[in-house]
Amino acid sequence: MSRALLIASFAFALVAPASVPAQTPNAVLIQNATILTVTQGTIEHGSILIRDGKVAAVGADVQVPAGITVIDATGQFIIPGIIDCHSHIAVDGSVNEGAPAVSSMANIADVLNPADVNIYRDLAGGVTTANILHGSANPIGGQTVVIKLRWGKQANQLPFEGALPGIKFALGENPKHSNFGPPAGTPARYPATRMGVEEVIRQAFTEAREYKKHWDDYNQRKAAGEHNQIPPRRDLRLEPLVEVLEGKRYVHAHCYRADEILMLLRVAKEFGFKVRTFQHVLEGYKVADEISTAGVGGSTFSDWWAYKMEAYDAIPYNAALMRERGVLVSINSDSAEEARHLNQEAAKTIKYGDLSPSDALKLVTINPAIQLGIDNRVGSIEVGKDADLAIYNHDPLSVYAVVQKTLIDGQVYFDRDRDLAARPGLEKEKQALLEKEKKAAEEEKKQEKSEKKQEKKKTSKPGNASNLASGAAR
Amino acid sequence: MNPTTSRSNGSRFDFTANLATQLVSLLLICLLALPTFAQPASRVYAIQGGKVFTLAGPPIENATVIIRDGKISAVGTHIEIPADAHVIDAKGLEIYPGLFDPVTQVGLTEVGQVVATVDVSELGDFNPELVAATAVNPASAHIAVTRASGITHVVAAPGAPGFELNGGGIVSGQASAFNLAGWTMEEMQIQPSVAMVINWPSIQTRTFDFASFSYKEKPYAEAKKEYDKSVNELSDWLARVRHYAQARQKGSPALYERDLKLEAMIPVVEGKLPVLVIAAEARDIRNSVEFCSKQNLKMILGDGSEAWKVKDLLKEKKIPVILGPSEQLPSQEDDPYDKPMSQPAELHAAGIPIAFSSFGTSFSRRLSQYAGTAVAYGLPHEEALKAVTVNAAQMLGLADRLGTIEPGKMANLIVTTGDPLEIRTQLRYLFVNGQLTSTSNRHRDLYEQYRKRPEPAR
Repeated sequence: MSRALLIASFAFALVAPASVPAQTPNAVLIQNATILTVTQGTIEHGSILIRDGKVAAVGADVQVPAGITVIDATGQFIIPGIIDCHSHIAVDGSVNEGAPAVSSMANIADVLNPADVNIYRDLAGGVTTANILHGSANPIGGQTVVIKLRWGKQANQLPFEGALPGIKFALGENPKHSNFGPPAGTPARYPATRMGVEEVIRQAFTEAREYKKHWDDYNQRKAAGEHNQIPPRRDLRLEPLVEVLEGKRYVHAHCYRADEILMLLRVAKEFGFKVRTFQHVLEGYKVADEISTAGVGGSTFSDWWAYKMEAYDAIPYNAALMRERGVLVSINSDSAEEARHLNQEAAKTIKYGDLSPSDALKLVTINPAIQLGIDNRVGSIEVGKDADLAIYNHDPLSVYAVVQKTLIDGQVYFDRDRDLAARPGLEKEKQALLEKEKKAAEEEKKQEKSEKKQEKKKTSKPGNASNLASGAAR
Repeated sequence: MNPTTSRSNGSRFDFTANLATQLVSLLLICLLALPTFAQPASRVYAIQGGKVFTLAGPPIENATVIIRDGKISAVGTHIEIPADAHVIDAKGLEIYPGLFDPVTQVGLTEVGQVVATVDVSELGDFNPELVAATAVNPASAHIAVTRASGITHVVAAPGAPGFELNGGGIVSGQASAFNLAGWTMEEMQIQPSVAMVINWPSIQTRTFDFASFSYKEKPYAEAKKEYDKSVNELSDWLARVRHYAQARQKGSPALYERDLKLEAMIPVVEGKLPVLVIAAEARDIRNSVEFCSKQNLKMILGDGSEAWKVKDLLKEKKIPVILGPSEQLPSQEDDPYDKPMSQPAELHAAGIPIAFSSFGTSFSRRLSQYAGTAVAYGLPHEEALKAVTVNAAQMLGLADRLGTIEPGKMANLIVTTGDPLEIRTQLRYLFVNGQLTSTSNRHRDLYEQYRKRPEPAR
C-alpha cells in the first residue's frame, strides 16, 4: 500500500465513525424537558413530538403515540438550534478572493467542504444553521450560502433548501487593506481609502443598473414579439448585483465605523436596493436610529474590541443599544471557535444592557433566522417548523451548560454520549494506523536501500570492466 | 480615542507620599478630575453582611471584612465595626478575592493592529533585562475595562504570543505584576519581576504566512535544525550567566565587564525567579520540561494547549501550568472536540496545579468565562475559583500578599451579585489595594453617551 493512500485512509478513518450519525427514526418523542420555544414561552416538563423532520407537537401534554422512540430529557433544556449569521466553516481553502475589488462572480457554495471538522465542532456547540460568507478583502465580495450543519452528508446536501442567497460587502480597514497588505507578489490594489470603497460600490452598481436595463429592454422586446434580436452579453460579475437590485439576493455588509454604515445606506438608497444585514457593525450603537429606520438588521459580536483601530469604540452594550432603538439584532461568531459558545455570548447581553433571558436567547435563534429569511422554517420551536434542536444539561444561558444532543431535521447529528463512547475505539484505531504507517515507512526505506545497493552493483560492474580493459591495454 | 485621556485613570491615589505633595496632588486632582472622585478616599472600610469566599477555608455567611491601610485587617462573623470605617452593606451579595489574570499584555498594547500602540515584543532573541512594567501605560483604556470584570491585578508579560502579536524572541523579558488602578506604575506596582518569559522555540514545520495568508510547509529536518540552534544558544547563554555569576561573586569589578543581560538572568539560574515557558504542543512541552529540569530552572508552563498529552511528565517534574483560554479549538484535527474545555479538569485530577489566563488584552475580561467553561466540563467549582485567584499567585511567589481573603493580605477583592464565574453576575464593588475603585470605563461611558443621543430628524 502506498503511503499516500495510507494517509488518505487514515484521515478518512478518523472522521468517519463520528461522522455518520445513526439513523434516527422518523417519529421521535423528546420527553420531560424544559423547552425554551423562543416565540411561545417556556414549557416546563414538556415534550416535543417529531415526525418526518418537523415538529409535530410541542407542549406539556403531548400524547405519546404507541411504540414511538422516546428520548428522555429529564432535567435538560431544549432550545431551537443556534443560527450563526456569520461563519467561515466548511470552506475549502482560502475564504478571500482578494485580487479584484469586486469579486461578485465568486460563489462560496462552489467550495463547500463537508469534511471540515469544524462543522462537527460547531454542531457540538448547538449550532444547526450557519451563513457562510467570503472574507472581507473586497468592497463587493463573493456570493454567500446558508447551510445546515449536516455532518456526514455530501456538499450538495449542506445548503439550506430555499434560503435566499446572499452577497458579502465589506467596508473600512479590510477592503482598503490597512492591516494586511495584498497577497505576496500582487501589486497594491484600489481602493486604499473609505472614499475609494464607496466609489467601487457606486461604480459597480452603476454598471449593474445599465446591464439590467439592457436585459430588461431585450426581454421586453422579445415579449412583444420582436425576433432576431442579439441578446446582451452575459456578465457573471454583474448578474449577482442585478439580483440585489431585484431583491433576489441579500446584502450582508461587513462594517465597523458609524460613518461607513451611513455611507452604505446612502448608496443603497441611491440605487434602490436593500441592505439585509450589517455584519460586525461594532459602532452600530452610534447610528442605531438610522439603521433601524432603514430596516436593516445588525449582526454583531458580544464583546470583541481593540484588535484594530476601527474596533476601538466597540462596546459590549452594542447589541442591547441597537435593540433598544429598534434594530433587529443577532450575535454571530465569525470564528469556528466562537460558534461553539454562542449561547454564552448571547447571555452577555443580560450583563451588558439588561436584556431579559428570553430576549438574549433570541439573538442567536429567531433573530438571525429572520435576518436570513428562514424564520418560517427555523429559529423557534413551533409546530410545523424544522426539528432543529439543541439539548443542554443546564440553562443554556449559563456558563455551565453543555450541549448533550443536536438535532437537524429531526435527526440526531451530535450526541455527547455517543462521542464519548467512541473515543477509546478511535484512539485504538489511530494507534494501529500510526503503527502501520511507521512500518510502511520503514519498509519503503529498506526497499530504497536495497534498490540503491543493486544499482550500485550494476553501475560498478561496467567500471570494473573498463578498469580491466584499461589494465589490459597497459 | 486618545490613549492619554484621563477618563481611564484609576480613581484612587496613594497617601504614602509626604504631606505637602499629598495636599498639592489632592488639590490638583480635585481641580482636574473631580467627577471621577465621587467616592471619598477612605482608609478604613467595613464590608458587612455578605457571604465571604475567603478561598482559605469554607465560605462564611453573613460575614464582615475590615480593610485598613490597603490591607485586610479582619474577616469573620463577630467583628466589631471600627468607628472610622466607611460601611458597605453587602447583604445578599458575595465577596471574593479579586480575580487575577497572570499572563496578559494589558497596558503594553492598546490597539492590536496599530503598531505604534504596541510595546510587547522587542527585537533580538535574548532580552532578559527588559521589564514589562516599564512600558505599561497607566492611562490605557484596557485597565478600567478589565477591572470592571472583577480582575483587580494582572501580570503583563513581554513577548508572550497572544491574540494581537507574534514573535518576541526566545528570552523576551521579565513579567510584571501590578494592580489595575493607580495614576502611575509606582502606585500600581505589586512586583516588577515575577517571572522570566521564555518563548520555547518550537519545531515548526507549518507556519502561517500573513503576506500570502496561507500556511507554509517546511521539511522536518530543516525545522529541527533551526530548533536545535535556538536551544543550543539558550544553553550557551545559561552557561555564560553561571560563569558571570561566579565571577561577580568572587572578583573585583576589574575581573569582569558588567553585562546587564547576564545580570538579569542571575536570579533565574539561582532558582529565585521562575521561568514562564510558553509552549503549546506536546513535543515542545516535553522538550522544555526536560531542558529546564536539566538546567535546574524553576519552570511554570504557559499556554499548555497539549499539556494533557504529557501530564505524567508534568506531574513527575511538579510543573504548574498557566493555561491559555479553555475556549479554543483543539490543536489537532483528531483531538476530542471538547479537549480544551475538559483539559483543566483532567490536569487537576492528575494533581497538576493550574491557573487560567487570557494570554491577551482585550479578552482579559473573559477570564472568568474560561474558568466557568472548565467547570461545565468537570473541574470542581472551588478549584476553578482558585485557578483565577490564588493558584497563579502561588506559582509567581505572590501568595503571601494576594489570592485569598485573610488578615494581612492586600485588600484586592470584589463584591458581586453571585458566582463570579457565571456570565450574568454583576460586579457591585471593587477594591484595589484597599481602595474602593470605580468600575466605570470607556465602554460604559460610550454606552451612556450614545444612549442619550436624541433621535435624529427624518
